[in-house]
Amino acid sequence: MKKNTVFNIILIALVLGILILMNVFLDNYKVTVINLCGIYIILALSMNLINGFTGLFSLGHAGFMAIGAYTVAILTMPVATKEMNFYMKPMVPFLLNLNMPFIFALISGGLMAALFGFLIGAPVLKLTDDYLAIATLGFSEIIRIVIVNLQSITNGSLGLKGIPKLTINNKPNLLWSWGIAILIIVFMNVLMKGSYGKAFKAIREDEIAARSMGINLFKHKVLSFTIGSFLAGIGGGLLATSLGTIDPTQFKFALTFNILLMVVLGGMGNINGNVVSAIVITIAMEALRFLDEPINLGFTVTSALPGLRMVVFSLILMLVVIFKKDGFVKNTLEKVRGKYAKN
Amino acid sequence: MNKEFLQHMANGISLGSLYALIAIGYTMVYGILRLINFAHGDIFMLGVYLTFYGITYTSIPWYIVFILASVITGFLGVTLERLAYKPLRGSPRITILISAIGASFLLQNAGVLVFGGRPKAFPTPEVFNKVISIGEISVALVNFIIPIVTLILLVILNFFIQKTRTGMAMRALSKDYEAASLMGIDINNTISITFFIGSFLAAVGGIMWGIKYPQLMPHMGVLPGLKCFIAAVIGGIGSISGAVLGGFILGLGEILLIAFLPSLTGYRDAFAFILLIIILLVKPTGLMGEKIAEKV
Amino acid sequence: MLKISNVTMKFGGVVAVNNFTANINKGEIVGLIGPNGAGKTTVFNVVTGVYKPTEGQVLFNSGDEKVISTLRPDEIAYLGVCRTFQNIRLFKELSVLDNVFIGGHLRLKSNVFSSILRLPSYNREEKEMLEKSNYLLEKVGLYGERNEKAFSLPYGKQRRLEIARALATDPKLLLLDEPAAGMNPQETGELMEFISVIKEEFDLTIFLIEHHMEVVMGICEKIYVLDHGTLIAEGNPEEIQNDSKVIEAYLGVD
Repeated sequence: MKKNTVFNIILIALVLGILILMNVFLDNYKVTVINLCGIYIILALSMNLINGFTGLFSLGHAGFMAIGAYTVAILTMPVATKEMNFYMKPMVPFLLNLNMPFIFALISGGLMAALFGFLIGAPVLKLTDDYLAIATLGFSEIIRIVIVNLQSITNGSLGLKGIPKLTINNKPNLLWSWGIAILIIVFMNVLMKGSYGKAFKAIREDEIAARSMGINLFKHKVLSFTIGSFLAGIGGGLLATSLGTIDPTQFKFALTFNILLMVVLGGMGNINGNVVSAIVITIAMEALRFLDEPINLGFTVTSALPGLRMVVFSLILMLVVIFKKDGFVKNTLEKVRGKYAKN
Repeated sequence: MNKEFLQHMANGISLGSLYALIAIGYTMVYGILRLINFAHGDIFMLGVYLTFYGITYTSIPWYIVFILASVITGFLGVTLERLAYKPLRGSPRITILISAIGASFLLQNAGVLVFGGRPKAFPTPEVFNKVISIGEISVALVNFIIPIVTLILLVILNFFIQKTRTGMAMRALSKDYEAASLMGIDINNTISITFFIGSFLAAVGGIMWGIKYPQLMPHMGVLPGLKCFIAAVIGGIGSISGAVLGGFILGLGEILLIAFLPSLTGYRDAFAFILLIIILLVKPTGLMGEKIAEKV
Repeated sequence: MLKISNVTMKFGGVVAVNNFTANINKGEIVGLIGPNGAGKTTVFNVVTGVYKPTEGQVLFNSGDEKVISTLRPDEIAYLGVCRTFQNIRLFKELSVLDNVFIGGHLRLKSNVFSSILRLPSYNREEKEMLEKSNYLLEKVGLYGERNEKAFSLPYGKQRRLEIARALATDPKLLLLDEPAAGMNPQETGELMEFISVIKEEFDLTIFLIEHHMEVVMGICEKIYVLDHGTLIAEGNPEEIQNDSKVIEAYLGVD
């Protein structure tokens, strides 16, 4: 136990060191992508808590992210920027003048998402399996539609531009996104090793047995869902500051799909697998952007192929589900470990 | 006021008929496989595009194109089941659901890739644009044709399910999958036919949708797809008459909502989801569904 | 300790249990027998709150008498009624140790924040839970396999793990649903001894369903016999063995 803790602390220090070096030496584009990786780690883990560890198949992630993103945007944007954004319909004066440091805004974003998670979860979590999936998806869409319509608070479909970014040397400051990501990785490990985390897993394994062992299903499901929503809100808030611009179309079901992809590939209920898959998929999504553009095959240049990238990713998701039940990364890691052990 | 109301009713009934046609595919598949076929809305989209290409690029008469496109879409549905769902039969339901979500995104993006992301105009045959007046109300012909076609298809479907061997096999499978499979019912065949019928009806719905709302986009199936699933849940998933009822409730509800509460127009798409959540909380089995006891 | 009074359980038109009454006193081992489909497991499901009885009620006394047939399964478990399952419902993918550990979760006093922050109060409780889990695993002879996944255990050991998990909830009344199913005579003998041992050590009252007659006749002080959902006999083993209705019910099935 003790040895492990020391090892982990050294590992974290090492990662932080590498991040600082990357922040200094890599160009702006690369740092931006790495920054996104950190954010997607948070998002993948937050969905994994609900879907992977507790076995609640929720598809409402984009909605909670939207709440976190808008809260952070509204609380951090300077008054002048807000006034410029809200040229169609003025912003509610109370919110117009509300402003706070980033860290408080981020926590507020998480808490807002958690509050909605709690309010939505309480009625919806009585449902099971695919009914839960469709109800959470429904709520996520309702949140988005409300955001479109509450023009004096969210600026409606025009979105918000000029959200202050967290930069260092004009590049995204990796210590924010990754620092919080590391914090959440530690948090998830501690949570899942403890009694509550194990109760979540028991619910995933067998609800009937779990409640006969005295586990209050409803209370634990709402707890897991609320914590997951909080983390999704944090992830959404970080996404808002790193993009600098948000609008309701970003928070469609496609966003939930991307995160689901990471959770499934990394393995449901697997923390390390999800960290790896979040990084790999975020980088791949960027690296494979060329697929949507004209491709030079040497002898001929194809015309632009928008959609090809997402075709590839949807295919990967389906193939992984069909051929490897427990997640691609987990299986690969186990194979590598097996080889290691034999030598 | 009265005249206006009748016009909205006509509009709502035709929208409701379309929802009903698409919802049948969801409810039949769910009845047998306990699977939300997420890609059903995208199958609907494929039906519309097939029709578009058939009319625009061939000289085949439009009515033949309509039939051909619907049949081909039916087979596409069967193919989808074979490739994406059949290998996962017996896996946890969530696994199959993920595959279905993957299939849905695959079809949408393949749509962007092949058909292009920009909207296309549906080449509506002239006949349908005719406006018919009955008494005080005047409505486009298509709004009359939609409910009639729907009704005819429902009668045929009902006959098929009640009277034919395959129909009985479907009912048996949705009542008790395991018992039915032990009784020597050809499961693969029955499931394929179920997917064929569901996709065929979705394509018919899609073509009429294209005539009513003549704009094509690769993502056009997503929202109608979700709404029709909701219609199926409202009516009681697994029940065909429930799906039809749910489709009409949703279609009429939506149209009347924006007609009489215009300030809520922006929330039109939220209406279905709110209705869904209310139904799930008040009567999770839907209006016409049966309660299934939990086995311990 | 447990009073089942005039319980009827209907599913649609099917009457699974009909006007069943039973009384279990503290410290007894009581058996529930009957042919397949007689409604025995349904009685357990009513007692543990999985089903709400159509008519009648169940009362449980641990200090003060309470109606439990209106409570949720987890509330009933908290009062001290725990069970095993006929068709084994372990947390399959979790370790043997975790299965037992989770059994203790309902007695945890710390909230989720002290668990995440690892406050001393939580750490102390967790340490106690772990010690107790290990002790119970030793008791059922599974300590050596504590890090294996539950599904990898052979059948007989899975049954013992279920009992250990139920004991971790600190029950006062333990319901065992066919604990000897699939066991050979030697294992069955060991099980009977084991049940007597845990009964003494944990001050338990035991209510069990069993098909192995030597188990029932060997350890039960009182037996209820169900047939087609109806109580056809009750009494001590000797009385039951000589009851003409019981003999008829069993022969009729064979």
